[in-house]
Amino acid sequence: MAGEDIWILGIHMTKFGKHPDRDTVDLASEAVLGALADGGVTMKDVGVMAAGNLMGGAAATGQLIQKQVGQTGIPVYNVANACATGATALRTVIMSLKADESDVGLAVGVEKLAGAGLLVGGSRAADSDTWTRRGRFGQVAPVDGRIGTDTMPGVFAQVGMEYGHRYGGVDFELFARIAEKNHAHSTLNPLASYQKRFSLEEIMNDVMIAYPNTRPMCSANCDGAAAAVVVTDAKRKTLSLEQQRRCVKVSASVLTTDPWEEACQILPNVNTLTRNAAQQAYETAGVGPEDLDLVELHDCFATAELVHYDNLMLCEEGGAADFFRSGATWRDGKMPVNVSGGLESKGHPIAATGIANIWEVCHHLRGEAKDRQIEGAKVGLAHVIGLGSACGVHILEAAA
Amino acid sequence: MTNQIPFVDYLALGPPPHLVAHECDSCSARYFDHRNACAACGGVSFHDADVDTVGEVRAFTIVSLAAPGIPVPFVAAVVDCGGTSVRGNVTNVTPDPEHVSVGMKVRLTTSVVGVDAQGTEAVGFGFEPLEGVTNGG
Repeated sequence: MAGEDIWILGIHMTKFGKHPDRDTVDLASEAVLGALADGGVTMKDVGVMAAGNLMGGAAATGQLIQKQVGQTGIPVYNVANACATGATALRTVIMSLKADESDVGLAVGVEKLAGAGLLVGGSRAADSDTWTRRGRFGQVAPVDGRIGTDTMPGVFAQVGMEYGHRYGGVDFELFARIAEKNHAHSTLNPLASYQKRFSLEEIMNDVMIAYPNTRPMCSANCDGAAAAVVVTDAKRKTLSLEQQRRCVKVSASVLTTDPWEEACQILPNVNTLTRNAAQQAYETAGVGPEDLDLVELHDCFATAELVHYDNLMLCEEGGAADFFRSGATWRDGKMPVNVSGGLESKGHPIAATGIANIWEVCHHLRGEAKDRQIEGAKVGLAHVIGLGSACGVHILEAAA
Repeated sequence: MTNQIPFVDYLALGPPPHLVAHECDSCSARYFDHRNACAACGGVSFHDADVDTVGEVRAFTIVSLAAPGIPVPFVAAVVDCGGTSVRGNVTNVTPDPEHVSVGMKVRLTTSVVGVDAQGTEAVGFGFEPLEGVTNGG
């Protein structure tokens, strides 16, 4: 029924890292089969599916996965929404359940990115031998590097620097310390790409990519997949007590885009759409930031994590630097952020990320996160942002 | 005299050189790309508006890794030109954090990007520090 609660019944992520012998369909199939097994259901129970694979372009990713795990004739939505693709896939099946079209949905995101360099701005076409105007700026040759930068490390570096300009108290070392935290966190996550602790000095002296982001302050390109099975409340009540106990409630599932503001077409504004999504999510879930036990947010770069403390209202407006310096976002702090290691250390297989962050939160809410368990976690938030822009926020609650 | 053309449509070579925005007739939102409609209000008519040639660096990065063929390091920035934000490189400055800062005052400058087979020079733009104002915070 429209308006009824939606629950995550089963969820799985693959090891993030290098999988040279496995293709996207192999990785996605592992995630799907793992999520189905985790939920105690099969493809025959699933009524709707959504799949994301950004690097696959126009490929029918969902159908390719079905051809390995089960062709049951159900509708598949192949979705693409930049780095918010996984969250969009999940929200797509949730909408189908809310519309009463089906009672079990499956969402999967997968990416093969190990060894990839710059995902945008990694190559530039050669200048032609006769200037010819083309493109939306009537440029006579490629713009990247001549009028600013198209690269993601450079764009998000400016996002962090702009925050520092507006509120002060921000420097290179502060951003490096955020990466230090996330790399320290991932040492407890066996599925993370990196499980290596870096010292502050190592981070600051590593290869500079786009100041102030050095290499370990950038999200790790890696291979990986994640999948989730969601059910309606009515369906959940038909399941075993053990299945019901492990269900995690989706208290809010929100997707926003960037509303027009001055400068938003010059430097993407990743702030307002995140704040809008968070506000909607808190209102829908009936919880506030103070109720959260852990947050997985989109630290595609260390410079991005800082601004999202503020955008998700984890701190006072303008107070992100002091909030971080207080130690709040370390796993033993009052608001643990990215205890998985985040995108900087766990890794960022783009379309998988928006489900993998939910996997992390679910594990804590179920009390199954082992060494990195946040004790007594009851409520968590997962956030992703795809440049262009799209923001997904999910608030999750443990079964009562 | 060498034939010169602007690198992008929104650069007017002058003299003096300046940027020209498409300004929405209804709500005054400004854009640099060619427009179908206004993203702020939905208006469909625009007029040209000259953009201030001096401004303040609101955000920057120093790009060290870029596509092959792009000289690095270079400074990419967002410059607030009297309330209109502009994307551009900061040029004529040492590209390191000691010489570039947010809040720094800059002015529009032009330089030749390249010359094609017909001998036509494409002239691009950037922003250079305003002399005597180097400690913008």
